[in-house]
Amino acid sequence: MSADTSLPVLTQKDFASDQEIRWCPRCGDYSILAQMKKVLPTLGIPKEDIVFVSGIGCSSRFPYYMSTYGMHSIHGRAPAIATGLKVARPELTVFVITGDGDALSIGGNHLLHALRRNVDLKIIMFNNQIYGLTKGQYSPTSPLGKKTKSTPFGSVDRPLNPLSVAIGAGATFVARSADVDIKHLTMVLERAARHKGSAFVEVYQDCNVFNSGAFEFATKKDQKQENCIYLENGKPLIYGNDRDKGIRLTGAGNPEVVNLSDVKEDDLLFHDESSDDPTPAFRLAQMRWPNSPEPMGIFRSIDRPTYDGEVDRQFKQCMEQGTADLEALFNSGDTWDVKPK
Amino acid sequence: MSSESSASKSNGQPAGSADAKALQTMESVVIRFCGDSGDGMQLAGTQFTNVSAVFGNDVSTLPDFPAEIRAPAGSLFGVSGFQVCFSSGEVFTPGDEVNTLVAMNPAALKTNLEDLQRGGTLIVNEDAFDKGNLQKAHYDSNPLDDVDGNLAAFRVHKVPMTRLTRDSVEGLGLTVREADRCKNFFALGLVFWLYDRDSTPTEDWVKEKFAKHPSIVEANLRALKAGYNYGFSTEQFTVHYEVPSAELEPGRYRKITGNEAVAMGLAAAAKLAEVELFYGGYPITPASDILHELSKLKRFGIKTFQAEDEIAAITSVVGAAFGGALAVTASSGPGIALKGEGIGLGVITELPMIIVNVQRGGPSTGLPTKTEQSDLFLSYFGRNGDCPMPVIAARSPADCFQMAQEAVRIAVEFMTPVFLMTDGYIANGAEPWKIPAISDLKKVSISHPQESNGNGDGFLPYLRDENLVRPWAVPGTPGLEHRLGGLEKADGSGNVSYDPDNHDNMTRIRAQKIMNIAESIPEQEVEGPESGDLLVVSWGGTYGAVKSACMESRRQGKSVAHCHLQYIHPFPKNLGTILKNYKKVLIPELNGGQMWMILRGLYLVDAVSFSKVKGKPFLIGELCAKIDEVLES
Repeated sequence: MSADTSLPVLTQKDFASDQEIRWCPRCGDYSILAQMKKVLPTLGIPKEDIVFVSGIGCSSRFPYYMSTYGMHSIHGRAPAIATGLKVARPELTVFVITGDGDALSIGGNHLLHALRRNVDLKIIMFNNQIYGLTKGQYSPTSPLGKKTKSTPFGSVDRPLNPLSVAIGAGATFVARSADVDIKHLTMVLERAARHKGSAFVEVYQDCNVFNSGAFEFATKKDQKQENCIYLENGKPLIYGNDRDKGIRLTGAGNPEVVNLSDVKEDDLLFHDESSDDPTPAFRLAQMRWPNSPEPMGIFRSIDRPTYDGEVDRQFKQCMEQGTADLEALFNSGDTWDVKPK
Repeated sequence: MSSESSASKSNGQPAGSADAKALQTMESVVIRFCGDSGDGMQLAGTQFTNVSAVFGNDVSTLPDFPAEIRAPAGSLFGVSGFQVCFSSGEVFTPGDEVNTLVAMNPAALKTNLEDLQRGGTLIVNEDAFDKGNLQKAHYDSNPLDDVDGNLAAFRVHKVPMTRLTRDSVEGLGLTVREADRCKNFFALGLVFWLYDRDSTPTEDWVKEKFAKHPSIVEANLRALKAGYNYGFSTEQFTVHYEVPSAELEPGRYRKITGNEAVAMGLAAAAKLAEVELFYGGYPITPASDILHELSKLKRFGIKTFQAEDEIAAITSVVGAAFGGALAVTASSGPGIALKGEGIGLGVITELPMIIVNVQRGGPSTGLPTKTEQSDLFLSYFGRNGDCPMPVIAARSPADCFQMAQEAVRIAVEFMTPVFLMTDGYIANGAEPWKIPAISDLKKVSISHPQESNGNGDGFLPYLRDENLVRPWAVPGTPGLEHRLGGLEKADGSGNVSYDPDNHDNMTRIRAQKIMNIAESIPEQEVEGPESGDLLVVSWGGTYGAVKSACMESRRQGKSVAHCHLQYIHPFPKNLGTILKNYKKVLIPELNGGQMWMILRGLYLVDAVSFSKVKGKPFLIGELCAKIDEVLES
């Protein structure tokens, strides 16, 4: 989308609401909010056409802090609310702001269905692997053995892999970034915003009160290049502080870490985000630190007709073809006349 | 055909006639067709209804489906029934006691016989009473042998329908199975003869419906004819009956079910208001037909969304309402329970939404295909917090058309979710509907503000008008950006507020706004004396039976008035006064006494509850008996 010259040029400030922000000091949410405010003015969309819908949780306060339209709703239901809104008003740009508990636990069903339908929603899931708002229970992404208030002896729940879930559900855009990785996050949010279809973005977000440092491996300056692979479309998977390591597929199709001094670049795994086959994206989603370097960036971005677009297409077709004649409707079926006696 | 006619007798079978093939006149008849769910009983009943409607009778129907999709043939739980009442007078109910029962097998006989009036006509397919079917119906011996004299009270006609049907279609090259499928037409033909009906409309229907299969057309027509001729020529039947046409208001009519009427009422309201309608729903018996009907009507500006569950259905409706669409969902008890939290979000965000509750037997999955009125509390109270919302109730299938439009009006004028109550009985039952002139329909006007109301301080989404109604500003409107949500709103600005006084204030404002609706609804009317011995208060789908019972009581000289509620929250302003004008108040309900408890609580009236929870509508007779009991107590 190119900016319409007739529109006023918007800045970050235009997207800030008058509401006092009530996240804990140093919460990762601040950074995500700041990057979102940075991205929106670049999209060329008037702010009255943008809607933020959220569920429940710390992240879900987000709409209050944006001067767009918004709805802070009820736990887990944001994707369904956003689907109704988007189907009714396909011309709007609709973001869903959610957390790991909101999206994957209480709202897991709605998330699955929004993704498989490919509703044109930008779903930004803040993942801090903990329930922050309810003060520190484990979440569906908390690692096995996690000790929390509700799991004093360690969690025995196996965690969900959010990106695998999204890819499994048929999401057409799947990406991951981290709250403090400012440039990367901005890039990912912008790509998601420009995607036509459901975009699912997992943002590693630090809850410094209940789960501090959960994502240090991916955010600490001296560690992240060693622990993460920053995906670039069409490029080989290379990582490391000295960009000296890469990923190659074994004969069985499994990723393995190789040293670039031993292997030619052409033999590495090349990233193809537009593959119609979800397998490459799924393979990347399965690569998790510390078992392997963890990919960050856009895992998948493919074109498919959107649900709301298809609904609207059928709707307009029927509106154009059919005559919306109430009288004919009332008189359809078996009718009979009662004559005056 | 005989042209003789004996004196008419209302509401029942005439006394025996010595004259072979005498034609007797009756005012009102109730017929029930019942058999296996694959026996085509719904079809036979529908055809009989159509023929009667075209003839000019007033009609009312009640299908009765088994909960199982395809229960084993011959089983007790697989019996499907269709009841039709047709009359030369006005009909208010599909009828209670059955005058003529057509039972296609032992299971149908066993499950339906108790509804047949003493002296009534029983027509059975004798051929189906074989060892296997008798066993499946848990009969130790053949009830048609009637060793116990259980059938002595009825006029029993044992007809070898299977054999006669097979004989009638011989030579058409049909398989036995195909031939046997025609026996519903044999039964229908026989009943056509019995009630002196012209079968032409059914014949035309068969020709059109099976146009591509000439042998099926021929077979069905032959079976129909065979049934008719069987009645005409055999000595089994000595009398037959006529029900003259009714004095219906002139005009064009169609048959309409409650679910169809809800869909059409909504479509009409949306079209006249020139807004798009969004329907989010999840399939559930007996509400699904509303989704089916609306799905066909995209050309009327209707978008339907089959959600992943009930919660998504209601929350999608919240989203669509925020977007400015006329947003609707429908469900039944268990689904409404799941929707509760989403409805609460609609209440606190003060968005217009219509929630149709097609009640069925509960609790939990309960009796999915049977009717009840037991979701009154659920609709009235069933949300967390002080969460008041308007509740209105349709009283008959055709009335759903009117009430659906009324639900839209209230939702939009008062910015609130609205419950429209119907039930399985209304939803599936059908009655003639006089097709209205479009010009007679009231238009709901919908407008969304374009200008800010905040005097330069931004938009105030919770600034209210004189009715306490907030503006419906929609995304896409420049300058009116605002945030809604489930957290308590500060009065005016709509910002999140934890201020205790504000919460108290907002709770009262929300309640008062709903009470203000009372100013916009008609005053309660009463049928019968304005004061007297007894007032019978009913609501919803029991209307016809209660009205008929009250009329009957008045005919007998009793001082009995009838007050039927269509507005349940808020009640009409004059209801309290009305309740105090009678010595006694009786409240019949198809639940444990929910309306009874509400009216006693609100108006301190010592009303008597008459509660029936059988998944079946009231019988006029049992209501009359209860009225007498209360009058005498």
